[in-house]
Amino acid sequence: MATTTEPVVRSARSGLQELLSIRNIAKSFGKTRVLRDISLEIAEGEFLTILGESGSGKTTLLRIIAGFENANSGEILMEGERLDLLPPYRRRVNTVFQHYALFPHLTVEENVGYGLRVAKLPKAEIAARVTEALAMVKMTAFAKSKPGKISGGQQQRIALARALVNRPRLLLLDEPLSALDANLRRQMQVELKSLQREVGISFVFVTHDQEEAMVMSDRVALLRMGELEQVASPREIYSHPATAYTAQFIGHTNLLRGEIRAGIARCNSLSWKVGLPEGPALFSLRPENIRIVNPETGSDVNAVTFRGKIQHQAFHGATELLQVVCADGLTLSVRTATRETRQGDLALEFSPTDAVLVRESPERG
Amino acid sequence: MFSRAYRTAITLPPLLWVAVFLLVPYALLLCYSFWSVSPSQTITHSWTLDNYRELFRVNVYLQTLFRSMWIAARVMIFSLLLGYPLAYYLSFYAGARKDLFYQLVIIPLWVSYLVRAYAWKTILGSDGVLNTLLQYLHLTKHPLEFLLYSPFAVVLTLTHIYTPFAVLPIYAALEHIPRNLVEASSDLGASPLQTFWRVIFPLSIPGVLAGATFAFVLSLGDFLAPLLLGGPSGIMISNIVVSLFGAAYNWPLGAAISLCMLLLVVSLLFLSEKLEKKWSFR
Repeated sequence: MATTTEPVVRSARSGLQELLSIRNIAKSFGKTRVLRDISLEIAEGEFLTILGESGSGKTTLLRIIAGFENANSGEILMEGERLDLLPPYRRRVNTVFQHYALFPHLTVEENVGYGLRVAKLPKAEIAARVTEALAMVKMTAFAKSKPGKISGGQQQRIALARALVNRPRLLLLDEPLSALDANLRRQMQVELKSLQREVGISFVFVTHDQEEAMVMSDRVALLRMGELEQVASPREIYSHPATAYTAQFIGHTNLLRGEIRAGIARCNSLSWKVGLPEGPALFSLRPENIRIVNPETGSDVNAVTFRGKIQHQAFHGATELLQVVCADGLTLSVRTATRETRQGDLALEFSPTDAVLVRESPERG
Repeated sequence: MFSRAYRTAITLPPLLWVAVFLLVPYALLLCYSFWSVSPSQTITHSWTLDNYRELFRVNVYLQTLFRSMWIAARVMIFSLLLGYPLAYYLSFYAGARKDLFYQLVIIPLWVSYLVRAYAWKTILGSDGVLNTLLQYLHLTKHPLEFLLYSPFAVVLTLTHIYTPFAVLPIYAALEHIPRNLVEASSDLGASPLQTFWRVIFPLSIPGVLAGATFAFVLSLGDFLAPLLLGGPSGIMISNIVVSLFGAAYNWPLGAAISLCMLLLVVSLLFLSEKLEKKWSFR
């Protein structure tokens, strides 16, 4: 399913103009190396998510693009011109801050019009664009309110309107949804994505929430300890994780350690045919790709089959997660549709194509 | 939560303190302001409004009050002009030296007021450091007379003494401005100057008001600086009150002037608090 849509996404991307080009950016704070050699291209109209745990350097990278921090080395180009040499107020980049950073002494409409006023645009134009921006985020009714009097979600919309009203080439969003409760957050994810399609501005969205990254992005750039682990579309990064870290951070996975010899991959007692080079190997196998063999139809001809004993069962609503122990002691997670309580031995299978070869994630420190 | 007896026990001492050392003296002051001095130099305990009439009838009192206000206003303006940039530098640019500079602002407050006032006398006098230097450099032939025993000397000294009182509240207000607001302003295209006038300054207004109030009110009631450095042209209202309670032996008139001053100061504090509330957003 994933592989069929992939070429479409790629070709759509290659047809787009590169907007921002991050080249070999490195940054240290004192002796701590926060970013090491980051290179990344962002296309016109693209929604790119920088995903990473806290301390991965994602916010620092965003702040370097915005101009609040200077990189120690490397450069950033916007449409072929150096961006990193300009002060923040000369960059055609706007930011939605994590805690919104609305000006408390200005009303909602004054906040939204701030960028246009400092640019000394004609009053009539400012008024028209502010009205339009407030309508876009459905906040027209609050034009005269002070930011202190409106809710977090509403402040969020104002921060968005305040940035977009300036028609930036690039919008940076620093964990903008992290302060909202779960329901509002899901709603804002959808709204934000459709808004981005509507305005056609490139978004660089920073988050630590992998689900948020999957839902919203055209591409996900996974950052780990200051280096890019993998940059790919959500489907690609999920179905073909390049490294063990990616496989584990995005979604849930089983890592199978083994080796390939004479075209056969072996992990404990499991073995299947592969067309891969020989040597030690690490495979990622998603829990939902392991199926319980249907007793009526029997197992698939190409599938790897094995037996396992249920050790633990966790109910997740539509699905449930089983911990299964095989005869050789190998423990695997299996995700299945929710059924009545299961017990004892199970016949299981998976397709060899779902076992994805991944690289070990190197130690960094 | 606490027993009634316990609550009474802990509230009583401060209440007594306030009553004995604040309320009673003010009540006495109020009474005195309606009494009078007989020709035989004793205080007559009969009620009269003469003191207040005297206050508005004799020009020198009102003139001195206005001069005091004018001196206090100048001290306030100079303290803000000196104090704001200092506080701004401290808060935004001092970096690792922030604490050191903060202490440097505080330290003069530990030095006796008298020492600092006398220091200015030594600097400004006709044989003082400044005049000697000017003549040595042949910039002036004779000592400059206006330097000492003038309103100028009073304004200079009071500005020196009260500037830290202006710096501290402004610094506190600047420290409370979330730095992401400054970043947001810059991000939205505002130059550093635009960011200052549109974001930083408006958000520091409560501190400016507090600092201005300190400088003005403390200067208005000052009597040592005019006494030591003011000369006849630099007399302030407190000097008159001091002489009325002392050599002139007219306590009732002194009390009436004191109460007018008190009323003025309390209204100023009230006004300043109202304005500060209007300009704070947290």
